[in-house]
Amino acid sequence: MEGESFTDINGTPIFLDCQSHSTFCREFTVTSPKVPVTKVIVFTCSIWLLAYAVFLFTEDTVVLTSAILITLVSMMLYVHLVKVEQETLFIIGSLGVQMSSSYASGRETTTFIELNKIKDIVINEAIYMHQIIYYLCVLLKDPSDPDAVSSVVPLFQSSKPRLNCLMKVYRSCQEILSKCP
Amino acid sequence: MVLKIFYPQCCNLANSGLLIGSWIQGHNSAVVLAVVHYPFIPGQVKRYIQQVSTASGVKLSVLGSWSLPSEAEKGVENFLRDLRTIFPQDRWLQISRKMGQTGFNCSILDRSQGTILFVHYDQRNVMLSQLHPIQTEELDPSDSELRQVFQIVSLSQPLFLLDRYDDGPLKSTHWQSGGQEASIIVELLKMASVPLCLTISCLLHLLPLNFLCSKLSTCVQLSYRSDHLRALSSPKTAVGHSEFMRKANVLVSILVDMALGFLLMYWLYSDNHISMLANALVPAADHVAKELEELLQWLMGAPAGLKMNRALDEVLGRFFLYHIHLWISYIHLMSPFVETILWYGGLSAGLGLSFALALLSDMVALLTFHIYCFYVYGARLYCLKIYGLSSLWRLFRGKKWNVLRQRVDSCSYDLDQLFIGTLLFTILLFLFPTTALYYLVFTLLRLLVVVLQGILHLTVDLINSLPLFAVALRLTRFYRLAEGVKFSVLCDEPDTPLHLLMEINPLSCASVIKTYRTPTYSCYPKDSWTNLVKKLFVGELIYPWKHKTIKTD
Repeated sequence: MEGESFTDINGTPIFLDCQSHSTFCREFTVTSPKVPVTKVIVFTCSIWLLAYAVFLFTEDTVVLTSAILITLVSMMLYVHLVKVEQETLFIIGSLGVQMSSSYASGRETTTFIELNKIKDIVINEAIYMHQIIYYLCVLLKDPSDPDAVSSVVPLFQSSKPRLNCLMKVYRSCQEILSKCP
Repeated sequence: MVLKIFYPQCCNLANSGLLIGSWIQGHNSAVVLAVVHYPFIPGQVKRYIQQVSTASGVKLSVLGSWSLPSEAEKGVENFLRDLRTIFPQDRWLQISRKMGQTGFNCSILDRSQGTILFVHYDQRNVMLSQLHPIQTEELDPSDSELRQVFQIVSLSQPLFLLDRYDDGPLKSTHWQSGGQEASIIVELLKMASVPLCLTISCLLHLLPLNFLCSKLSTCVQLSYRSDHLRALSSPKTAVGHSEFMRKANVLVSILVDMALGFLLMYWLYSDNHISMLANALVPAADHVAKELEELLQWLMGAPAGLKMNRALDEVLGRFFLYHIHLWISYIHLMSPFVETILWYGGLSAGLGLSFALALLSDMVALLTFHIYCFYVYGARLYCLKIYGLSSLWRLFRGKKWNVLRQRVDSCSYDLDQLFIGTLLFTILLFLFPTTALYYLVFTLLRLLVVVLQGILHLTVDLINSLPLFAVALRLTRFYRLAEGVKFSVLCDEPDTPLHLLMEINPLSCASVIKTYRTPTYSCYPKDSWTNLVKKLFVGELIYPWKHKTIKTD
């Protein structure tokens, strides 16, 4: 997929792809890079070497078997539950906003928020570990009081793009939201 | 303004005709439900729409016209426009397909030209699905649009009854079942269920289950299941989705429970497993008693190098040893009957695995009665000492507890009082470690038993409350329980409106369990962890759980 290259808060390159289907319907896809092979090799090797060291002392093959099983299971869990490869924001004027993230294993989770529940889309600041980061979020209306905000739904949670990327998404989102009261 | 048209996928290739559907109140959108084909007699169409509207409670109307490319000839334009005069409407949609285009074209008559958005939906899935969180209230114009779409489609089921084999004056395209199907077995079961329910509810009314004691977990389980059966066998049919799901969950959980129970029975009564168990049980109890005896002997010496008060240690140790002696003779007296008791107890598994587990929990409680006794004695002694020490400590400082005001007041004691008090305090203080040690050891033993019983209770609770029907529904018919929807772009061509595909986003398994859990008389620990530790420290008796039915004074 071709897209503009940005960096996330850690400096890793990410790609933003904007697709405009119509004047009131746009799709933003943020693609994170795949897991580097060196990381996988280092992780596997370190666990196996450790297991082998323990095996030399105990001379019990259970250690080796369990090490292999642990590596396999943890890799699968990582791919299935943690590693998000793509995050998509699909904004449809007069209908709503859909956020979906697809994991490295192919699993997809999707949430759709209707437009009458959305108050606004804004860029917010947050303290994250030892730094201050910006993130895009959807403000939800409180059903009892239309002026109040009941909760905040952060967007692009796992890829965490930097401000310049967020600004681009934010501008096009506001363009669509302003057209559809 | 964007006009949204919810269009069923099954009508994509329908023959030309009239669009029947409903405008969504409060939103600029329309739901298309069916296409009525040419030729038709306008009067009949109007009457049919009237009939379906009254049957379903949805305000149906003719939305516009639908034409396929083959009929795009000259003169059709005028014909389509004339149709509008026959079915007077505020807005009139003209949807048409052109050769070489996947998308539809649509024009709205008599309105300022706005953009149009087509949302394609699968009529059957939307009709059958239930949007979560469940709302039981009536349609509200300010309500969310998708909820209204789901409600309109599911309410207009009478419209979908007309199928293609019907030889009526009207021909229409919409979602169709493959014809009505029926099974003799299902019908017979339905017929049989009515008298069965009646007899069960009569039996339940006759049985005096209300005053069964709540101490035994078997009795609790019995009353719980009878409540379930009472709810199941009530003569009223379930109204609404949640009540239906509750009934189905309870029924499935009872059936699964019984099936597991029969499996257990099969295992127990084949290969003489019962007598093997009985033969193993008495030696096990003997073994536990012997271990306890050894433990007591150890405590009576110098446990872990601690120097105890010799006299008190001896007295306590002998007392407990005598108790164990009593217990062993009791077990030996019981041993000939254990097998019979197990044999009859095993029959309870026929009522369900949960009953067998509850009975097991009761049996564990009975078999470890000596541990419970030790614990109570130890706790009482310990508690007495703690209270004595604390009040004498107050005396030591020239204070006393004012019962009326619930606070500590200062008080001037006599010399005699002070002397006796100090003496008692010293004695209690020096005897305290011995009692505390016995208390500690027996509390640990008691906690072991409590944990075992707690696990059994949790298992029974799990069997009772797990919504198996809902989980099965989620796994096999994912569209029945919807968390929301998801959209994807279906076709994006120049000069046709945008087409989106609306799919159902199924509820995640965790939220299925959370939503549909059967409420139980759950045996959760009432105390928080800190409260529990505090109680243990002060020496109050702890029980693993409290039932909601127990009255507190």
